[in-house]
Amino acid sequence: MTVRERLREKISAAFYRHGLLCASYPVPIILFTSASILTCCYPLLRLPLPGTGPVEFTTSIRDYTVPSHEPQGDLGEQPDWYRGPPVAYIQQVLVKAAVSPWDSTLVPVDVFRSPLGRIFTLLEEIRNHVHNDGSGVRSLEALCLHVTDLLPGLRRMQAILPEHGCLLVSPGNYWKNQRELFDSDPDLLKTVHQHEPKGLHTSATLRDLLFGIPGIHTGVSLYSKKRVVTYTITMALGSYDASFLSSLRARLHQLHPSANCSLHDDHMVHVHFKEEIGIAELIPLVTTYIILFAYIYFSTRKIDMVKSKWGLALAAVVTVLSSLLMSVGLCTLFGLTPTLNGGEIFPYLVVVIGLENVLVLTKSVVSTPVDLEVKLRIAQGLSNESWSIMKNMATELCIILIGYFTLVPAIQEFCLFAVVGLVSDFFLQMFFFTTVLSIDIRRMELADLNRRLPAEAGMLPPKPGPLRPREVPPPPRPSPHTITLQTPAFRNLRLPKRLRVVYFLARTRLAQRVIMAGTVIWIGILVYTDPAGLRTYLAAQVSEQSPLGEGGAGALPPHLGVAPVFPVQGGDPSSTLSVLPAPAEPTLLPENQSRGHSGSALPRAELPRQAQPPPGPQISWGAEDEEGWRRLSFRHWPSLFSYYNITLAKRYISILPVIPVTLYLSPQEAMDTRHPQDTRHPPPPRLHISDPPADLTLYKVAALGLAAGVLLVLLLLCLYRVLCPRNYGQNGVAHGRRRRGDLPCDEYGYSPPVSEISPLLLRGHSMDIECLASDGMLLASCCLAGQIRVWDAQTGECLTVIPTPGLRRNSSSGCWEQRDGWDTAAAVDPENGNGGTEPAGGGVFEEDEGYPLRQRTAPRLALFGDQPDLTPLIDTNFASQPPSHLLLTPPRDAFDFGGLVEGAYQNHEPPSPSVTSPYPTPSPPSGPPPQRRRSLGDILPPGPQERRFVGQGTPDWESAVWAMELQGNLIAAGRSSGKLEVRLWDAVEGSLRCSNEDGISGITALAFLNNRIVAARLNGSLDFFTVDINKPLGILQYRGPTGRSNMPPSPCYSSEDVISCQLTRSVQCAHQKPITVLRAAAGRVVTGSQDHTVRVYRLEDSCCLFTLQGHSGGITAIYIDQTMVLASGGQDGAICLWDVLTGNRVSHVYGHRGDVTSLVCTTSCVISSGLDDLICIWDRSTGIKIYCIQQEVGCGASLGVISESLLVTGGQGCVSFWDLNFGDLLQTVYLGQSSDGQGVRQLLVLDNAAIVCDFGSELSLVHVPSVLEKLD
Amino acid sequence: LRSGSGQTVPSRGPYIAVITNRSTNLVIRGFMLFSIGVFLALVLNLLQVQRNVTLFPPDVISSIFSSAWWVPPCCGTASAIIGLLYPCIDSRLGEPHKFKREWSSVMRCVAVFVGINHASAKVDFANNVQLSLTLAALSIGLWWTFDRSRSGFGLGVVIALLATLSTQLLVYNGVFQYTSPDFLYIRSWLPCIFFAGVITMGNIGRQLALYECRLMSEKTHQD
Repeated sequence: MTVRERLREKISAAFYRHGLLCASYPVPIILFTSASILTCCYPLLRLPLPGTGPVEFTTSIRDYTVPSHEPQGDLGEQPDWYRGPPVAYIQQVLVKAAVSPWDSTLVPVDVFRSPLGRIFTLLEEIRNHVHNDGSGVRSLEALCLHVTDLLPGLRRMQAILPEHGCLLVSPGNYWKNQRELFDSDPDLLKTVHQHEPKGLHTSATLRDLLFGIPGIHTGVSLYSKKRVVTYTITMALGSYDASFLSSLRARLHQLHPSANCSLHDDHMVHVHFKEEIGIAELIPLVTTYIILFAYIYFSTRKIDMVKSKWGLALAAVVTVLSSLLMSVGLCTLFGLTPTLNGGEIFPYLVVVIGLENVLVLTKSVVSTPVDLEVKLRIAQGLSNESWSIMKNMATELCIILIGYFTLVPAIQEFCLFAVVGLVSDFFLQMFFFTTVLSIDIRRMELADLNRRLPAEAGMLPPKPGPLRPREVPPPPRPSPHTITLQTPAFRNLRLPKRLRVVYFLARTRLAQRVIMAGTVIWIGILVYTDPAGLRTYLAAQVSEQSPLGEGGAGALPPHLGVAPVFPVQGGDPSSTLSVLPAPAEPTLLPENQSRGHSGSALPRAELPRQAQPPPGPQISWGAEDEEGWRRLSFRHWPSLFSYYNITLAKRYISILPVIPVTLYLSPQEAMDTRHPQDTRHPPPPRLHISDPPADLTLYKVAALGLAAGVLLVLLLLCLYRVLCPRNYGQNGVAHGRRRRGDLPCDEYGYSPPVSEISPLLLRGHSMDIECLASDGMLLASCCLAGQIRVWDAQTGECLTVIPTPGLRRNSSSGCWEQRDGWDTAAAVDPENGNGGTEPAGGGVFEEDEGYPLRQRTAPRLALFGDQPDLTPLIDTNFASQPPSHLLLTPPRDAFDFGGLVEGAYQNHEPPSPSVTSPYPTPSPPSGPPPQRRRSLGDILPPGPQERRFVGQGTPDWESAVWAMELQGNLIAAGRSSGKLEVRLWDAVEGSLRCSNEDGISGITALAFLNNRIVAARLNGSLDFFTVDINKPLGILQYRGPTGRSNMPPSPCYSSEDVISCQLTRSVQCAHQKPITVLRAAAGRVVTGSQDHTVRVYRLEDSCCLFTLQGHSGGITAIYIDQTMVLASGGQDGAICLWDVLTGNRVSHVYGHRGDVTSLVCTTSCVISSGLDDLICIWDRSTGIKIYCIQQEVGCGASLGVISESLLVTGGQGCVSFWDLNFGDLLQTVYLGQSSDGQGVRQLLVLDNAAIVCDFGSELSLVHVPSVLEKLD
Repeated sequence: LRSGSGQTVPSRGPYIAVITNRSTNLVIRGFMLFSIGVFLALVLNLLQVQRNVTLFPPDVISSIFSSAWWVPPCCGTASAIIGLLYPCIDSRLGEPHKFKREWSSVMRCVAVFVGINHASAKVDFANNVQLSLTLAALSIGLWWTFDRSRSGFGLGVVIALLATLSTQLLVYNGVFQYTSPDFLYIRSWLPCIFFAGVITMGNIGRQLALYECRLMSEKTHQD
């Protein structure tokens, strides 16, 4: 044993134990896992939330120095981006201008024309401001941020934004900073608006950029009520010079004193911008995410054969996601701050970690034998896949390790994340997913149990036959529950689960309600938070009604002119004065000295209000003016700089305190600056109150809401399409065959989805198939020609043909005669009688009668069952008949089947030629029989002759195989030929291994259980054989009457494994009449006979345990299974359930008009079919008919149960699947084009959920892959 | 990408006859591969552009389409040829590709391919040798993880070399230019990207061909 194997074994054992552990304590383990996930994710709380919003940091202006590039450890509160100089210092001059006093002669344009006109003088002033202190002369030109070209794509802005010079923007840029252009502009508003983008916009517009405050607040409007125009002059400075700025501030203040201004000017705010993601950058990202989702989709759809597919898929995704989170959390915990863009590497991490392990685990667990305990299944599944999981994991770790040694920081970091992610993913798979899987599998088991329990509970108290009196009208035929099989289009389908969910949603209108509620809430929030909206109004209302008047003013909007609430940013307000450079400031105005003291701000604010003439517009300064840029879009600065190809991503700018400028213009001045066209504007209606910007917001909201709704609906539609790609409307052929989508591939060997049912045609037999037997792996079929074919039950390929084709040719004439074996049997009798080997005439008739009974199709049964007393007549007839067969048949036909029976035939099986063929018809093939019979007669009488025949290895193919069983690779076949035998073939090689020819009468039924073969014979006797392997040749085979053998010991001479078949016991008179049914299971052999009784034998010692009496007709169907459920059906249409342990009759119902042709029991119900072409489903415990299914004519007998809830029935060229619980037709599978006219006569359900059915000379193998329930 | 492959292929019913038609199927497959190639070329080109431009001007999208209009169609044609060539060679050699034939694996492959491109565009390597070596290792890893067929490897190498050569010629003749060539006018990582792309497209092509096989077999089965 190599190291590798030992390792493998150890790993496997460890996984096995781990699986046991997980399945044993699911809840504690899940709790533990959740706790560990949460613990590992805890450090993530400290990480900043992802987003592109800027981050601010405020410092005091007084001791400002440009931060160094090196991180300084002592300044703990400094953010890590606060290093090095900023991209620019932003200095804004906030201008508030108003025409005062307002005159009624003024037109609306006067509100902003002359105030805007003053900007040019201000600009001039600023540009020309020169500060001269001891160190030299400085002007704005030297300090400002010089910009070069605009980006090439921005031609239309070239005329407006400055190029090749200082970055200084103001509304004056609209007119190229030239007073002449401004004065000659007939329509200022048009000039401003013509650069606005059309439609909705979210980022900064040109107007915002130039005005420096949001467009609504500028007051540049014809409908402005306040008549105050506000704008800014924005300068971007490349370097910081405190003295220059303070001198500029002082100069402006001196020129345009702001009397009541109380703005703070001691703090500068540094704004750091995150990396911004544009659409162009988003496209690759979105692509990777789409690929990622496709990957997850294609992976999780492979999860199959579990209780809840969605649950497990969710668990798989949760496993991967939380392992990612855990890896990030752990890395953060150990001090590795992620520098990579999380959103970008995330898909690749998922792809590296992968969902494969999870799927492999699932597949491995569900492919363990279903009858095991859940714990063991999990453990086995785990240990099966342990080696491959470990191998994959080791490989991936190796690859990542190699990646780690590339020494590229980004790749190293990625690898580190991937390693931690892989390990935590492994941990989660082992603990979380395995446990979830075990819970899921257990749920499946529980569902199974639940279905089983009630039935067994009902069975436990063996009710002592609540016999209905015989007088009860037997079949309540037109049952209200009868489901009539119509054309496929009318068959109703059970709704799939997904559709039910959709219907539920549709019924309750959940989606609409949620959307409506969401919209309402959203609109509410919008209205409430809108600056000009509800909150302001409410606040104003409250303040008006407040008895304290100004008392609550602190929280009020600032235009009420009260003390603003300043953000607590450190640095006391009193320090303001010292910042002002005293020498450079010609402080002429007394107000300046005391300004900035917040305590005195309130009375001062009141002063100018009284000083100004009341009709004039008021200019007031409030807190919102202090940091007016906050009201701008956060994309304002990045977009301004981006026009010059300067990115602010991951960098910061410093915003200096604004310089307030207050301008009061006289009406005369306003009139002077008027443009001739200004007066043409009609005066605004006095009562025009509505605010256009507010209106616009409302429209925007409405449009956005509409768009969002449409998007949501589209999304849901797409989602529905993805989830339910199939159209359930069609049925029948299309439904059965067309669902061949992209099958999951062979790498994992997943079985196709449930609708993938494709029949496999097994061709080869030349005649109608008589017997079918299977043991799950192999499938043996025997046709009328006596040819046995062995097929692989999985692939459907023909493994062996017995006899070989050459041999078969010889007996081809015989084959044809077998087709109507009836004649054969009938014809054999006289011959036998002539030969003198037949013991009694009665025996002949038994055989004659028994032959049809062997066949499973009902009409023949009925025929002979009804007419047992005709036998003497036939006997005498035949005895006197000459051997010529052609002459024999017609009178016999007329004699036997005239009258009532003939009618029954016509009714039941008119269309099916295969069914009618066994009846004596004057067909050409019936010519050859005499020859064959003669040869048979030749062989039959002398014992030695026959012995020699067998010895040559060419058993008589002439005789028909009446019963066949298959076990292991041994086929037991019981033949009809005058001489009787049990033969064993090696099913694979096709060699005859053993035969026993002790019997006298034809074998009508065989049962092969373990190493015992039970054969029921025509004369009512029951033979028990034992098959011994590896024993020397049985002597029994030579126990012939003559005892001599001139041939080598025939059956086993060429084989190493010696197989012998010994007759251990023969119960001579098991039944008085031919045995019609023989079933064996659970150590019991049950026989049903024409003599109205059922007998139960013990298999071991062939001891008869019970004789069950209760039927008033011959027994035609028996069902027994491992759980000792015994049901029998008779010619009287009655179905009896028996307790095999006590021999009591549990229930007795009349179900069918005519014979019961087949019976199957499940744990909860009994399914019977009768000659009346009805399939009835009975409750097993109460004996109440649940419902009936009307079958097509002639196909009633073929039915099988695949699982607890899946019934399969044969039809004309098709098989149908029914849901047993509801009686709904699930699906109809058509077996082939050639078989349309043929009815399915036999149907065999194999262990691997395949169905074999025969129609005519063909077999059809239908795999039903995803039957989840356990097979009993 | 996914929607394209998801819509065209599983359409059944009346289209079944059209799809099972061999030449029609070939055309459909070729078209799908072409569109995938064009799409990937656009996206990956965008990634490369991102590396050189710190911030996109607003109309960068249009500039991408206008700069070299013939690049995406060329990539699309090449990918269609490659995607059709792979299954063809598989069937010629008589060794059908059995390894990991499923869409999830193909998706994983595409994701890794985009990731390789992403890494080449975004990660700052110390020098170009390192970059090339890393990408080569990643490409080989891609082949090992998703292909593992000798024919795939051979074809990949040959096509990668040819493509590099043709790019070289183009650059040499001045049709095309790189912003920062590091090795004889071209970028040295180009062969690796080509190789990975060939493997990826081959994978997709094989998966699509699998559909055809399945449809064909189904058709014969019905007949």
